[in-house]
Amino acid sequence: MTDTVVVLTAGVGTPSSSQLLGEQLAKATQRVLAAAGKPVELVSIELRTLASDLAHQLTTHVPSPALTQVYGAVGRAVGVIVVTPVFNASYSGLFKLFFDLMDEGVMAARPVLLAATGGTARHSLVIDTAMLPLFHYLKAAIAPVGVFAATGDWGDQAGQLKARIESAARAFGQLVAERPGVTVEDEFAVGIDFENLLHGA
Amino acid sequence: MQFGIFTVGDVTTDPTTGVTPTEHERIKAAVAIATKAEEVGLDVFAHGEHHNPPFHPSSPTTLLGYVAAKTERILLSTATTLITTNDPVKIAEDYSVLQHLADGRVDLMLGRGNTGPVYPWFGRDIRDGISLAVENYALLRRLWREPVVDWEGKFRTPLQGFTLAPQPLDGVPPFVWHGSIRSPQIAEQAAFYGDGFFHNHIFWPQTHTRQMVELYRRRWEHYGHGPANTAIVGLGGQFFMRRNSQDAVREFRPYFDVAPVYGHGPSLEEFMAQTPLTVGSPQQVLERTLGFREVVGDYQRQLFLIDHAGLPLKTVLEQLDLFGEILPELRKGFAKDRPAEVPDAPTHASLVAAAEAERTVSTALPTAVDDVTGRSPYQAVEAGAKL
Repeated sequence: MTDTVVVLTAGVGTPSSSQLLGEQLAKATQRVLAAAGKPVELVSIELRTLASDLAHQLTTHVPSPALTQVYGAVGRAVGVIVVTPVFNASYSGLFKLFFDLMDEGVMAARPVLLAATGGTARHSLVIDTAMLPLFHYLKAAIAPVGVFAATGDWGDQAGQLKARIESAARAFGQLVAERPGVTVEDEFAVGIDFENLLHGA
Repeated sequence: MQFGIFTVGDVTTDPTTGVTPTEHERIKAAVAIATKAEEVGLDVFAHGEHHNPPFHPSSPTTLLGYVAAKTERILLSTATTLITTNDPVKIAEDYSVLQHLADGRVDLMLGRGNTGPVYPWFGRDIRDGISLAVENYALLRRLWREPVVDWEGKFRTPLQGFTLAPQPLDGVPPFVWHGSIRSPQIAEQAAFYGDGFFHNHIFWPQTHTRQMVELYRRRWEHYGHGPANTAIVGLGGQFFMRRNSQDAVREFRPYFDVAPVYGHGPSLEEFMAQTPLTVGSPQQVLERTLGFREVVGDYQRQLFLIDHAGLPLKTVLEQLDLFGEILPELRKGFAKDRPAEVPDAPTHASLVAAAEAERTVSTALPTAVDDVTGRSPYQAVEAGAKL
């Protein structure tokens, strides 16, 4: 099975700049990895389409089939690109909810590329002030270069955003190539040594 | 195959009338529901245990003892008995007494309880849930099986020279089911001891139920209790019936929409598609229930939750009448094509017979193991020995 990189975007518009940024980061990552002889498939997840499923799981604990599938995809990904719009100086509630409902340990040691979009460059520290602590808490392997894209960046003639995307993709691609995320073990597939439970309890 | 009902004992306002039953009314309703369950021919009545409002059943054996006196045939069980916050010594004592009073019509289902604030009231911590379930149950088994218990563990005062009084009826402890929605350790525990495994099933997509039951069956076989399809499986379920399915949906929807746990969430239709909840005609409930076999294989016990979310007693009793009507068809349907090796759920009578058979055999063959009673080669392990 080909390795996958999951692109998780929390934009709410269509088209959404978060989704667009995610797509460009993903394509660039795919090129970097292909050049390194490690082809990956991209799996795109738009959290917008899962908003009501997430709300229902939060209150009822019943995961929808779609959510189960999406969490499974993240748990198998060699790397995850996450993109959130900035809402009130932080990631959006929808973005946070997805990680709040994720099983413990899924992000641990999994390479992640942090990216965000916002109206102006004044929000650009959101990656450092909000996203970094969250993914550090989740014990993810955080790529050293993140990308923030403000509205003005998209029309930028100098191609600076493109350069930053390429730079982030190189750093992320290298991380994925060296330390790819491993598939989360199916806890129902293997037996537990009950003797250990009895004595180590 | 056993059919029955289980109740969590919630005291909930009827959203259609605004009337909230008193705790007294709900406790009396539980007795009325249990006696009615026997009257319509059901096999099992199981009662929950909770230690916080809006639930009333903090003392399940008191309630079940009273029900035992009011009934003659129905098996009394729990859904669930908290193996984490209860002292295993008290569980052994309470259920031993109940077993004597009910002439053996008792088994119990152990669960951990998922209400964080309850644990500290009993000196416990929810984060120790699995460890508590493992240690407490290992002790509970010994209390019911060994005449004198010396014991030391992590969570409880050590026991020295403890003898349970009264001893289990006929020297045979009640059968135990382990209930868990998604903790593989509990499926493992049930398999290890050759006990039953119950999946609540009602708040959960069927794929998850299947994963847990498959794990339990596979490990049952691994631990040498027999082929996977001879493991003892129970499932929860939930229905609301009226002769006409549109009437059922119309009447149940206001209860569903604001029900504790899943209310204010998915629509009734979504919830029916994703979980085993069936709201419709008796025929629809019959067909859906028979389909559970496709999910978990041939199994032993099917319990339904029918009295929650503020449904009035009168409505619940009507549900039981309708349940009674489809019961013969359910029994027939589940019996059809059921392989001969698939056992029934153990009862006191079957456990007594098995224990007697084991006594006979064990004089000739000291290493004999009885799958049904759970007297396994691991008794030495429980005692602390390495295999």
